[in-house]
Amino acid sequence: MTAFKNSLGLRAGLLSLLIFVAIVAIWQIATLPTAGTGPALDPEYAKLVGNAAATGTKSSMPTPADIGATIWKHVTDPFYIRGSNDKGIGIQLAYSLGRVLLGFGLAALVAVPLGFLIGMSPLVYRALDPFIQILKPVSPLAWMPLALYTIKDSAISSIFVIFICSIWPMLINTAFGVGSVRKEWLNVARTLEVGPFRTAFKVILPAAAPTIMTGMRISVGIAWLVIVAAEMLVGGTGIGYFVWNEWNNLSIANIVTAILLIGLVGLLLDQGLAYLAKLVTYPE
Amino acid sequence: MENRPLISVEGLARRFGDSNQPAVFENIWFGVDKGEFCCLIGHSGCGKTTILNVLAGLDSPSEGAVIVDNREIDGPSLDRAVIFQGHALLPWLTVMGNIAFAVSSRWPKWDRVRVQDHARRFIELVGLKGAENKRPSQLSGGMKQRVGIARALSIQPKMLLMDEPFSALDALTRGMLQDEVLRICADTNQTVFMITHDVDEAILLADKIVLMTNGPGARIAEIVVNTMPKNERHRNDLHKHPQYYAIRNHLVEFLVNRSRAFDAEIADGGYDPRRLKLVKPGLMSVKLAAVNPPAEVVTLTTGRRQ
Ligand SMILES: Nc1ncnc2c1ncn2[C@@H]1O[C@H](COP(=O)(O)OP(=O)(O)OP(=O)(O)O)[C@@H](O)[C@H]1O
Ligand SMILES: [Mg+2]
Repeated sequence: MTAFKNSLGLRAGLLSLLIFVAIVAIWQIATLPTAGTGPALDPEYAKLVGNAAATGTKSSMPTPADIGATIWKHVTDPFYIRGSNDKGIGIQLAYSLGRVLLGFGLAALVAVPLGFLIGMSPLVYRALDPFIQILKPVSPLAWMPLALYTIKDSAISSIFVIFICSIWPMLINTAFGVGSVRKEWLNVARTLEVGPFRTAFKVILPAAAPTIMTGMRISVGIAWLVIVAAEMLVGGTGIGYFVWNEWNNLSIANIVTAILLIGLVGLLLDQGLAYLAKLVTYPE
Repeated sequence: MENRPLISVEGLARRFGDSNQPAVFENIWFGVDKGEFCCLIGHSGCGKTTILNVLAGLDSPSEGAVIVDNREIDGPSLDRAVIFQGHALLPWLTVMGNIAFAVSSRWPKWDRVRVQDHARRFIELVGLKGAENKRPSQLSGGMKQRVGIARALSIQPKMLLMDEPFSALDALTRGMLQDEVLRICADTNQTVFMITHDVDEAILLADKIVLMTNGPGARIAEIVVNTMPKNERHRNDLHKHPQYYAIRNHLVEFLVNRSRAFDAEIADGGYDPRRLKLVKPGLMSVKLAAVNPPAEVVTLTTGRRQ
């Protein structure tokens, strides 16, 4: 059984490697420098992308080797600051991560207690349900102009957008988890004359914790998706702004590096919360 | 004031939904004395769990009241420990955690060490020494039920309410736990109200067996006194006792026929839900051998609310 599992893991790993090599190879071939004159380029576009591409000797798309070199450059020196528009990719990621964690944390502070209330009181549930149903499907970026107008600060506005998009999954999952705590567990607390606060912390919270953590995991994933778009809109700092800035510089290699790092950080966030969820999960 | 039993059920009725729905049961009167082991027998769905929930304070009756220690109950109490039909352990806590939760609810001022020492005593009492740090998911059905019993006993309640505590267990485990409960209850002189489906279990454990008819509109038909002395009831040779078959036949006859047709049985009057017949089929069988006397019937007064 273990041997089979091991060999499955091994085979999957091999296949992954193969796919990776194939992608790199196709990419390499597609970006080979072409001899002679290429197809005539729109002069406007040529001006935009620079001479190398215009003369047709080299594609503006970087080769895998270029990307590798760029990644290496960023990874070895992630925290430099050379002026307000030129900061290391590590600093930009840290800005984004900070905003996500702040917005997500604030959302958790609101969503978990409110979700408790909704889950425990059918009255509150019915009263708040229409608001939740209408606001939940709104794209968080639609809040941006409103946030900018009322808050008048771009950094806080992007945190607000993260807050708004993180709140719904946590709110709904907390309410659901709290509402579906087994009646018999609550009856145990009642027959032991446990007070409402102790019941909330010792029975309802641990019982609902796995569902709440699932909500948090969904929230942090959405927040990390949204922050890139938000920072592209607001500008200034952050990985989203970095991507936008490198597009203006037409540095495809930097953009690809950023994409890979965004994916990596997202993966780490997700795995971190998955680990926390495992800690509070109980088998029945 | 009349002398009330420790638990006195007075005129209980319960309806679900609006008030013109038929009652699950109505006009229920009976009492359980201090130190008495009382079993309630009836068919599935007649409302046994509902009665127990009312006794526990988890549910409120549509009519009537339950008087405990001369006071009408109005909610759950640490004096009345419940052993639930499903064991109802908290799955994220260990055996120790589950019992410590109950102990620290009972004595909130105790420190951790004192709570754990106390909990450990009851874990040992039900024979779970060594399993303190296991989660419920790692325990067998019998072990879970033991934890439930330990949790109920650990708060040293005035009475135990048990809802079919052994029905989900295999015969061997059930027998062992029955013996343990019998021993513990005798040692501590516990007052017990227990629901069961099982006629033999009732004869083994109970001093008094309350017979409930089928719902809707279920009532208490009569109360059977277990005249077999406690020290003569042993699980392995129960069936050899001279009174055993008479009691057993009486209970089975009730469950098979009379529980269904009880309304017809009392159509000619003579049934007073507040003064139930106290039946002693065990003694009847002994006397029957001698003179063939009329059925021994004693009137029971459950006491009235003042
Ligand atoms: N919350 C409820 N709402 C509506 N009806 C209920 C509710 N709880 C119980 N009932 C009804 O009351 C009746 C008695 O239920 P109860 O659980 O007390 O039966 P029981 O005698 O304990 O049965 P069993 O032996 O199967 O455990 C059933 O007909 C059931 O449908
Ligand atoms: Mg039941």
